[in-house]
Parts: sequence; structure tokens; C-alpha cells
Amino acid sequence: VKIALFITCFNDLLFPGVGKAVVELLSRLGHEVDFPEAQTCCGQIHFNTGYRDECVPLVRRFDRAFGEFDAIVTPSASCATMVRHHHSTVAGESGDAALAASVARVSPRVYELSELLVDVLGVTDVGATFPHRVTFHPTCHSLRLLQIGDRPRRLLEAVRGLELVDLPGSAECCGFGGTFAVKNPDTSVAMGEDKIASVVGTGAEVLASADTSCLMHLGGLLSRQRSTVRVMHLAEILASTGVQR
Amino acid sequence: VSGAPGGREPQPSFSGTPPFPEAARLALADDQLRRNLRRATTTIRTKRSRAVAERPDWEALRLSGAAIKDDVIARLAELLEQLESNVTAAGGVVHWARDAAEANAIVVELVRAAGASEVVKVKSMTTQEIELNEALGQAGIDAWETDLAELIVQLGHDLPSHILVPAIHRNRTEIREIFRTEMGAAGRPAPSDLTDEPRDLAEAARLHLREKFLRAKVAVSGANFAIAETGTVMVVESEGNGRMCLTLPETLITVMGIEKLLPTWRDLEVFLQLLPRSSTAERMNPYTSMWTGVTPGDGPQAFHLVLLDNGRTDVLRDEVGRQALRCIKCSACLNVCPVYERTGGRAYGSPYPGPIGAILTPQLRGISRHPVDEQTASLPYASSLCGACFEVCPVRIDIPEVLIHLRTQVVKQHGWRARTFGEETVTMRVLASTFASPGRLDGAERLAGIGGRVVGRTGRIGRLPLPGLLGAWFKRRDLPAPARPSFRRWWRLRPRPDGEP
Repeated sequence: VKIALFITCFNDLLFPGVGKAVVELLSRLGHEVDFPEAQTCCGQIHFNTGYRDECVPLVRRFDRAFGEFDAIVTPSASCATMVRHHHSTVAGESGDAALAASVARVSPRVYELSELLVDVLGVTDVGATFPHRVTFHPTCHSLRLLQIGDRPRRLLEAVRGLELVDLPGSAECCGFGGTFAVKNPDTSVAMGEDKIASVVGTGAEVLASADTSCLMHLGGLLSRQRSTVRVMHLAEILASTGVQR
Repeated sequence: VSGAPGGREPQPSFSGTPPFPEAARLALADDQLRRNLRRATTTIRTKRSRAVAERPDWEALRLSGAAIKDDVIARLAELLEQLESNVTAAGGVVHWARDAAEANAIVVELVRAAGASEVVKVKSMTTQEIELNEALGQAGIDAWETDLAELIVQLGHDLPSHILVPAIHRNRTEIREIFRTEMGAAGRPAPSDLTDEPRDLAEAARLHLREKFLRAKVAVSGANFAIAETGTVMVVESEGNGRMCLTLPETLITVMGIEKLLPTWRDLEVFLQLLPRSSTAERMNPYTSMWTGVTPGDGPQAFHLVLLDNGRTDVLRDEVGRQALRCIKCSACLNVCPVYERTGGRAYGSPYPGPIGAILTPQLRGISRHPVDEQTASLPYASSLCGACFEVCPVRIDIPEVLIHLRTQVVKQHGWRARTFGEETVTMRVLASTFASPGRLDGAERLAGIGGRVVGRTGRIGRLPLPGLLGAWFKRRDLPAPARPSFRRWWRLRPRPDGEP
């Protein structure tokens, strides 16, 4: 299967290792990955903050950049949600019927990484080795909007050497929430600090997730508190073969 | 503060609440409040999931609830007229109030006409919305709240912080103190040896309130539902204090938002399953009182129904926002909201707190039609959009969808003008222009990478004393330094296995 990678603006700048991990993982599984360079941002920042007019050109750009691919993978449940659930809203409101029709065709082809692996490629054991104690934060968008369910868990359970520990209260929001994190910083941090207290309580060495945005927030709190818990994207663990890179 | 809390002195008000981020900051500093809230919301949350899990047809009930309420919203004018004619035929009097001032004037006039100088009240969100107690107080009429939690709030010269459990922010030690110091000024004092055992606290409240129930000539209530088909009005509650109010006085005045209608009696089948399980996590609430106009020789001999608009017909015009009018005030969304759990209800600056308040209050205050004050404009942003509220809403109000919709209205109404949105608007425009081409994005990423190397040599950026939104990030969080190279650049330069250029 020829797969296009939608890296997301966020990972592009702050977590390029996640993109490299996706490329490495999919190549190892024998798939060709392409990176359409016309891509920029899905528009979620603007959409969720109320700047809907600014969103239209971003939806159009996404649609053009990815229109020709059969499968589009993104290492972000949150951005996958934006494309799958909200691009049609933006396109509909824009009054551009051709765009709306194209979005209706393209957006269902966007998969969050664990969906692509489990549902499209039919694999749960990706041949990874990661001998560490890991806990998983199922983000709100993966749980409640994409509903990816236990796919990440199944993938992690198949990783050699990995000990997966339950995160108490895992379904509760970590407090990132996009611009919420800076518009309501005190509430955001209060939510995040409760979340990392649960994480630290599990004794895990690594906090994993399908969204680096939440991990940036939680990792930022952990780092400020000089915690030894590392944050890693699911892709980085699945790409890992136990050899130090 | 001392003196009779019945309404004659100035009462605490939500007006003057700072914008949500600031109100939240103040609330977060109150450790006792956070502990009380956490314990209470966690308990209700767990009980609710159990109560809901008992119903295999829960999702079907939710769909029915939403469909019935949407039908009400679509046929509101017709159904209201049907309700009016049925209430009138049964001996009640229907009054129409465009706004809070009209509703308050009607109630004050009715109380005066009944020759009363005090009223007993069943807990009512609608009368809080119109600040009826304040209006009665100004007219020299005492208003006594009789719901236990509402009594605690009133005696404590306090504001409610939860739809269903208005005193959720108080623990029992605090309640004992309020009863001991304040009950005497309002009527029968609490026993001097009052303990903080729930049974003793309830007994003190019972004795205090009994005196008022037996004396009052007029009661004021809200309504959970009104049936257009029969003209029946209905209140559900747990304590029986509402039943006292609804049956003992000679005159009953019910103030009801126009959206509280149900078309037919049969519709209660759905709502009497949805409401108790969602709100108190009970299969059925202990007291369900229904009355149709006046029954000679039984209960109040005068019944007045005040139908309140107060912004609701404007909400009806908004195709996305109008789903908020499905709300049956169960408070399930509050109990699962991670923001509410930490800030409490008073931070929302309205009797409607939590996720539902964040979408209802701005709409009732006219956000779709004109610029609103900064506090109101901050409410649609008081959410991380986690979606837990939508998941539990018994009438399937897609609260995150409405929040985002209202944010677009805030941006449209305010844009550059409002102080708090200036920086944000600029940021959003700059981002939009950066994302307009991959070349520009690449350039911005290279700049960020260079900047990141300067301030984040260790791969992370620590404390940065910046103003505004960016500074808000760094107060208690670090940030990974922007990468060099970005993924985009790495992709272009990467060695290819097949030796392609």
C-alpha cells in the first residue's frame, strides 16, 4: 500500500523524530511512504479557537496535497479528528461545492497511526522491542472522537520486553486542549499536574500517547518538575528495535 | 456578615465575576474547595455510570430525548399556546415575561396581591437566572430557599456552584458553622450542640424550615417539565421540601423558561428515566409533584404560571446553538467536566455553571447578536474540548460543537477590538499566513530552530519570562526546543535507499 504521511505542523517542528519513526516503522513493514511537501497544517488551531475563515485555505491546501492518495497516515489522533470530523464542516460553510465534494472523498482516507496498522495493514505485532515499563495516555480525541479504542494497547502489548502498566483515571483530559493551554493556563496546569501525579504513581519510565500535543504539555510539566519519566509517541516505541539509535 | 438573609439586604451576585481564566485562578488557589469538589464530583460520577449501565436502551433513550426536545424547539409557539389554554382551562393564570425585569415585576405584583410579605421557594434555576430574590428583597418581601443545599447557600450569603448540589463546595464542618451562626437571624436557630453529622444537620434544617412552610401564604417554584397536552406542571426533587412548598401555601407561582415544555404526557416516559439517572444517579427521584391548574379544596387555590423568554427566542434562531435549549438541567456534564471539577461553579459567573453554562449563558446574553462583556466572551473558551460532557448528556447536546461555534461568534463580534483578543488575533493571522505555503512554513521552522538553539541548548526551553499567551505556557511548563532540522527538511535531505535524487 502506498501511504502518504501527514506529519502535522506540530510534529514537523517540535517532534520530527515521530515522523522519522513512522517512516522507519512502515518501511520495515514493507510499505512505501510518501511525504507530499505541499502540506502544512490541518487548521485545527484556527478552527477550535474560532477563526473559521482562516481555516478554509488550510482545508483546501490539505485536500490538494493529499487528494491522490488512497491512505493517509498521521501520528496525531487530534489532527486526524480535525480532518475526519471537521473538514467537511469548514468546506460546507465555505460555499465551495467542489471543495466539499472533494473533502467528502479525501477525509475518510485519513488514519491515525494505530488505525492504519490494525485496520488497514492488519498488523498488531510490528516486530518492535522496547524493554521498558510504559503507561499509555489515551487522549480525548482518540478516545471520544476517533474512538480508536484498544488499538494502541494491542500494538503495545505485542512489543517485546515492554511492560504496560494501567494509568488510573486514564480517560480524563490532561488539560492541554490546544489554545486552552495558554488561554486558561492555571486550569490547564492544574489538570496536567493531576495527570502526571497519576503517571508518576504507576512507576512507569515512559509515558506514551498517540498525540504529541498532549505529551508536549505533560512532558513540559514533567521536565519542569525534574521528573525522570520520559514522554514518547506510540510511533517511536513501535519503531524501536531495542538497538540504541 | 449578619442579618436576615431572606432577601431584604443586598445579596451576593454573580455580576462582577472576573473573566473565566482569572476567576479560575482564584478558585484553584482554594485547596479546601478543590478537595470538596473532587470528592463530590468523583462520587456522583461513579454512581451515575452505574445507574446508566443498568439501562440497556440508554442510547435509544438519549436519542428519543433529543428528538422530543428538538420537536418542542421546532413547534414552540404552537405548544406554548396549547399549554396556556390548558392551564387556563384548569383554573390557572398564565403570564408572559419577555425578560427578567418583566418576570420579576409580575411575581412581586402577585405576592403583593396575595397580601404576603414572604415567600417559600423550591430550588429554581430560572428564578436564579432572573435574580428574583433580589427583586423581592427590594420590594420588602423575604424569599426563603427551602432546598437544603440552597438553604446552606442562602444562609452562608453565598452563591450556588452546582445546578443540582448548589452547596457542593461546602463540606459538613463548614455547613455546621453556617447553621450555627446564621440560622437564628433567619428564623428558628440551630441547636447549640449541633454536630456535623448529616442526620443532625438535616434535622436542624427540617425544624428551621418547618416553621416557614406552615406560615407561608405564597410559594415560588420553577418547573422541570410542563405538558402542553394537559397543562400539567411538574417538579422532581429528593427531599420533600419542594412538595411542602407546592402543596401547603394558598398561592403558587411557577416561573418557567419557555423551553421546559414537553408535547405529551407519554414523553415523560423518556424524561423520567433520563433525568434521575443522569442527575442524582437514581432510578427514580423520591418526590415527583405534578399539578394541573387548581384543584378545589386541595393544595394551592391560586396558581400562576410565568413563562419566561429572557433571550431564549434569540437562541432558537441559531441553528447550531439552539440545541442548548434541550437541556433538562441534570448536571451530568458538570460532574464529568475536568475544568468544572477544579474551578467549581462560581467561576462561571452565572447560575448555569460548567459545560452547559459555558454554552447557555453567552447565548442568553446575546452573543450571536452583539459584542458581549469580557467575562461572557471568556466562557466558550473555558473548556479543553475533551468531550466528556457530550458523552454523558442525556439529550445529546454536542457541547464541544456549540463551544467552537460560539468561539467563532466571539471572534466575529470582537476580533481586534477587545483587549484580550488583540494578541490572539495577530497570532492567528501570522500562523494562517505561515501555513499558506510550505516555503513560508519551512522558513519559519528554520528561524524557530535557530531561536530554539539559542534558548534551549539542552533540547528543552525552560523558564522564559515572556508576556501574554506564550509566557502563559512557560509559567509552570517547559517546551521541547524546535528541532534542527525539521521533519520537512530531514525528508528532503535524507539518504534514499534506491539512490533517487
